[in-house]
Amino acid sequence: MTTLLSLVVLLPLIGAATALVFRPRPVQRTLSFVTLGTSLVAATSVLVDAWSNDAMHVVRMGGWPGSFAITFVADRLASVMVVIALTVTLLVLVYSVGQKSAGERSAFYHPVYMVMSAGISQAFLAGDLFNLFVAFEILLMASYVLLTLEGSDAQIRAGTTYVVLNVIESMVLVTAVGLIFAATGTVSMAELPARLAALPDGTRIGLQLLLLVAFGIKAAVFPLFFWLPDSYPTAPSSVSAVFAGLLTKVGVYCLIRTQTLLFPGELNDLIVVVGALTMALGVLGAISHTDMKRILSFHIVSQIGYMVFGLGIGGTAAIAATIFYLIHHIPVKTSLFLVEGIIERDSGSSSFDAVSGLARRSPAFAAMFLVPALSLAGLPPLSGFLAKFAIVRAGVDSEQWVAVAVALAVSLLTLVSMTKIWVGAFWGDVEPAASVGVGILRRHALMSMATALVVVLSLAIAVGAGPLYDFANKAAEQILDVAGYVTAVKS
Amino acid sequence: MSFSLLILTGVLFAAGSYLLMERSLTRIALGVGVLGNGVNVLIVAAGSSPAEAPIIGRVGELTDPLPQALVLTAIVIGFALLSFVLALAWRNWTITENDEVEDDVEDRLITRRDSSSAKSTDERHREDVSP
Repeated sequence: MTTLLSLVVLLPLIGAATALVFRPRPVQRTLSFVTLGTSLVAATSVLVDAWSNDAMHVVRMGGWPGSFAITFVADRLASVMVVIALTVTLLVLVYSVGQKSAGERSAFYHPVYMVMSAGISQAFLAGDLFNLFVAFEILLMASYVLLTLEGSDAQIRAGTTYVVLNVIESMVLVTAVGLIFAATGTVSMAELPARLAALPDGTRIGLQLLLLVAFGIKAAVFPLFFWLPDSYPTAPSSVSAVFAGLLTKVGVYCLIRTQTLLFPGELNDLIVVVGALTMALGVLGAISHTDMKRILSFHIVSQIGYMVFGLGIGGTAAIAATIFYLIHHIPVKTSLFLVEGIIERDSGSSSFDAVSGLARRSPAFAAMFLVPALSLAGLPPLSGFLAKFAIVRAGVDSEQWVAVAVALAVSLLTLVSMTKIWVGAFWGDVEPAASVGVGILRRHALMSMATALVVVLSLAIAVGAGPLYDFANKAAEQILDVAGYVTAVKS
Repeated sequence: MSFSLLILTGVLFAAGSYLLMERSLTRIALGVGVLGNGVNVLIVAAGSSPAEAPIIGRVGELTDPLPQALVLTAIVIGFALLSFVLALAWRNWTITENDEVEDDVEDRLITRRDSSSAKSTDERHREDVSP
C-alpha cells in the first residue's frame, strides 16, 4: 500500500520526463493516459482501504526517521481528494485531445499536464509544511506554463497577473514556513500541533494569518480573489476547466488542514465573515458579466465562499458538509467549463451576444449544461442541493444567521445568473445561422463524451450521496482528531 | 539571531514589494528576485544559530542543517520562477513592443460602459489593476 501511495506522485513525474524525451504526439498521449490511469488505480486502492479502515497510510521517503523524511500522509480526506482530482484530470485529458487546441499540439502540453497532476496529488498528501510548499510550486509552475502555452497577447497579459499574484502567494507561504520553523523548530505537521500550542498567542496568530493569506490567495477568497476572473478565461477551455475544478480546491483543502490540524478553532469568526463576503461578491461579479467564461469564473469565487463558511463554523457536522461540498463542486465546476469550451469551439465565441438557440440545436447538449448549472445553484435533487443544505443546516445549528441569509440569497442569485446563460445561449433563434441542423455532439464527439462523463460523475455523487456523506462525516471526525493524526504519523 | 541580517531582510522585502507594484515587467522580474532572496535570508537568519558547519566529523556546537536544506530548495524554485517571469516579459515585449502590463479587456469594457464618469473611473481603474 505504501508503494502505491508514492506511485501516485512519482508516476506522473516519470511520465513527464519520458514524454519530454519521446516527442511524437501519439507517444505523448499514450504516456499521459497510461501514467495518469495507473496513478488513478493506485489512488483508488488507497481510497478503498481508507473507506473501511481507520488506519492512515504514512510513507516516509527513503526510510528516514520522524521529522527528517519527506512524509506523505493519506487519511480519508486526502485519499478521496486525490482520487477525485485524478479522475477529473484524466477526463479533461480526453477532452483536450478532442479539442485539438494550439496548446495541446505543443510538445510541452502533456509533460506539463502530468507534472501538474503530480503537484496536485502531492499537495493533498503532503505531511510537512515545506513539502506542501514544494508541491504548490510544482503545480503552480506547471499551471503558469499551461496558462500561457499558446503565447497569445491575451494569454500573456492574463498570465502576468496570474504569475505575479501567485509569486506573491509563494513568497508569503515560504515566509510563513520559515517563521514557523524559527518559532517551533520543525515543519512536520505531526510535530507542529503541540509546539504551536505552546507558543505565545500573538506569535501563533501571526503565523496563522500568514498561512491564511497564502492559502487564501490560492483559494481566491475575499479580498484576494480579483486575479481569478481575470486570468482563468484566457486559457484554453480544457486548461481552465482543470484550474477551475482543482487548483482553487487545493487552496481550500490547505485551509481545511491548517484550520483543523495546526490551529484548531482559532479565528473562526474571521473565517465566517470572509466566507460570507466571498459568496456575495463572487456572485455579484457573475451577474454583471455577459461572457460565459467570466460568469463561471466569478461563480468559482462565490462557491469557494460556501466552503470557507462551512470551515469557519467548525465542528464535525460543518466540516463534513465542507468536505462533501468540496467533493461535489469539483466535477460540477469542471463540467460547466467543459460545456462552455464546446460552445466556444463550435461557434467561436463564449459571449452570449454571439451565440443562441443551442437548446433547439441539441437538447442533449443543453441537458449537459443544465444539470451542473442547476446543481451549482443548489436545486434538489442534485448534489449541489445536498451540499448547500448541509452547510446551511450547520450554519443554523451554530446560529450564524447573517451568513446563512447571505448563503441563501447567493444561491438564488446563482440561479439568476445561470438562467441568464440559459436564456442567452440556449434559447432563442439558432445563431450563427449557418449552424442550423448541425449536431453539436456529433461534431465534437470526444469532447462531448468526456464532458458527459464528468456530468455523470456529478450525478453519481447525488445518487450515492448517502454513503458518501457518511464517508465525509468519518473523514471530518478523522481530521478533527488531532491526537490521532499525530500518533499515526509519528509511529 | 544577527541584527544586521534582520535589517537586510527588511530592506530586501521592502525593495522587492515596491518593485512588484510597478507596471513594467522587467521591474516585476527584479522584484521577484529581490523578494525571493529576502525570504531566503530570513529563513537562514531566523531558523539557525551561528555555529560550526554541520559536517560529519566536526566537533563542538553544530548549526541546524535543516534551514540550509530548505533554503537550497527555495533558491532553486526562485530561480525557476525568475526565469519564467523573464521569458514572459520577453514574450510580452515581442508581441506589444513595450514592457507594460496592460489592463484587462473585460475590465476596460466595463469601465467604458460607465460613461457618465468615464474619465475619472479610468484613472482610478489603472491603479486598481496594477499588480
